[in-house]
Amino acid sequence: MTEFEQTPIERETQADAAAEAKAWSGVETQPVEAAGALPGEIIANRPLGLWADTWRRLKRNRLALVGLGIIIVFLIVGGTETIFAAAGWQVAWRGNAQGLSAAGGYLAPYDPNAVNYKLSPQGLGSAPSLAHPFGTDFLGRDILSRVLVATRISLLVGVIAVAIALIIGLSLGPVSGYYGGWVDSVIMRIADIFFAYPYILFVLLIMTVLGPGFRNVFIAIGVLGWATYARLNRGSVLSVKAMEFVEAARAQGASDLRVIFRHVLPNTMAPVYVAIAMGIGGAIVTEAALSFLGIGVQPPQSSWGLMISDYLSYFQAGSWWMEVFPSFFLTATVFGFISFGNGLRDATDPKLKE
Amino acid sequence: MPDRLLEVSDLSTHFFTHAGVVKAVNGVSFTLDRGKTLGIVGESGSGKTVAALSIMRLVPDPPGKVVAGSVYLKDRDLLALDDDDMREVRGNDIAMIFQDPMTSLNPVFKVGTQIAETIVQHQGKSKDEAWDMAVELLDKVGIPDAKQRVTQYPFEFSGGMRQRAMIAMAISCNPDILIADEPTTALDVTIQAQIIDVVTEMQAQYDSGVIVITHDLGVVAQMADDVMVMYGGRTVEYGPVDEVFYNPHQPYTWGLLGSLPRLDESEKQRLTPIKGQPPNLLLLPNGCPFSGRCPYEMPVCSKEFPELEIVGPGHGVHCWIPIDKRYEIRESLPRFIGGHAS
Repeated sequence: MTEFEQTPIERETQADAAAEAKAWSGVETQPVEAAGALPGEIIANRPLGLWADTWRRLKRNRLALVGLGIIIVFLIVGGTETIFAAAGWQVAWRGNAQGLSAAGGYLAPYDPNAVNYKLSPQGLGSAPSLAHPFGTDFLGRDILSRVLVATRISLLVGVIAVAIALIIGLSLGPVSGYYGGWVDSVIMRIADIFFAYPYILFVLLIMTVLGPGFRNVFIAIGVLGWATYARLNRGSVLSVKAMEFVEAARAQGASDLRVIFRHVLPNTMAPVYVAIAMGIGGAIVTEAALSFLGIGVQPPQSSWGLMISDYLSYFQAGSWWMEVFPSFFLTATVFGFISFGNGLRDATDPKLKE
Repeated sequence: MPDRLLEVSDLSTHFFTHAGVVKAVNGVSFTLDRGKTLGIVGESGSGKTVAALSIMRLVPDPPGKVVAGSVYLKDRDLLALDDDDMREVRGNDIAMIFQDPMTSLNPVFKVGTQIAETIVQHQGKSKDEAWDMAVELLDKVGIPDAKQRVTQYPFEFSGGMRQRAMIAMAISCNPDILIADEPTTALDVTIQAQIIDVVTEMQAQYDSGVIVITHDLGVVAQMADDVMVMYGGRTVEYGPVDEVFYNPHQPYTWGLLGSLPRLDESEKQRLTPIKGQPPNLLLLPNGCPFSGRCPYEMPVCSKEFPELEIVGPGHGVHCWIPIDKRYEIRESLPRFIGGHAS
């Protein structure tokens, strides 16, 4: 637990409350039930840090908890696939079309790319059964396996694309806010240009330039996402840089870069965490959209967007299971990130504190 | 022969704003010797802090700029150093303590981390050594249970303790000069006294020169050897504390001293305020900045700033009023400290 990004006033209040509780209880080491706490909730003598406090408030938001649950399941499934497929990863990077099928599917019951025409008698796949709970697709591939393996793509897109956006955004944003003047103007005008283009068109443009493929999806989404983080962070930097500890750090002889990235940046991160949660959801949707349009992940790799696109005509022909399951997983995951992000924002917003 | 640490001459720092040029510091000169304390007093906006920041070269630029003068730290001209050398000076040769201890420590780091950071940077010590030094320093500035305390975050410290931690950080590299910018303003009176004691003790121990910026004449009386009275970016009176307090020559200094409550007053007497408003720094008169508020103003006052006039040992004043006239006026003041040392 760290005491990240907490205003002095909050701290004082908490410290006061804890001190008061201590005084009233008369017992120093025993946890006391504070007046403002929920029934049965124990507040330790130690003042709550930001994260403990945030968690306390987040716990009351059911939707956010559901979101968190979905994220955890998503991370476990995607993480397992990714970690165990480390070898397959490299095969995939080498452009081996079969790479993922050879390595993926550790949680999946079947080889996600194994074709079995017997399971698709009329070329319409087979409906869900005990052996294939989500049914099979038009080539007789197991949908459940494909959906699970695709989790990995979504996880990677979410994490890597957002990481790229963060690295760029959190380098330029604080520099822009800290120096101000023409540096600020130049960086923010570039950000404005990124904001001014219709997002999906811009992604399409970059994908057209880079060419379709798994790796380029990361780059396109990451490169386009930086402006949000830069602008968000710049605002916080403007307020933090006026604080005295920044001047104190300079008076101690710290260099500008040290002041910006060691002293200012960590104090501006709370809103960024919320944006990250939202951003991952957004990146997953964008990847799905690109794959749907055929310029994202390329077959036979499976991706939720690609599956939705591939199976669309079969859905119209009556094979509902092909379309429903990937759509459901995509929607649920994005819902998870967005509702968790919303909950996190509410929980860290001092104005909404009761 | 005193060991001269700092020699500031004719320092001028101006802020170039959209509304015009603000002459925050205008031709200020002073010196500081090893082991001595200089107090800079004046009301808000008189240029005390900007003068200190100019020495540190920490004036925000733009809009601020040191436009004239020189600042010699021993034999080095600080205004001519390049940025890297200046960074080495900050924290190492000159350290600073700030006004508001509640915000002058970074909330996301442990107190020890912040102190150790400076030591690592300036003295090339390892992290572990620096950490041990941080414990030692906190102990030195009077924080009990220092070993435990270094691992805590600033919000777990009280205001007085934070100020002590700031002092620990400031003295961590054994600076020649310690600048304390209103170190006690944000603290309550009992803590103020303790903090002053800590600063004085540290000064004795490290034999540094101290510049204390304040608008509290009590702090100056207690800590300083010399005092510089600033008004509207100018030095109006400068000299040893006893001289300036008991033999003041400038109407503004009279006003400052006259507006203080006194313990030895026999009758209940009203304080004498300085009439009028602090000057608009954009529209300062060419002459003495106090003209316009000064009750003894003469036509020449607003036209030209008076030359330095030496009126006692190390005691200088800028005032157009002839010296005999000044003594006369001073005698006639209704309530006044000067004239007779007590």
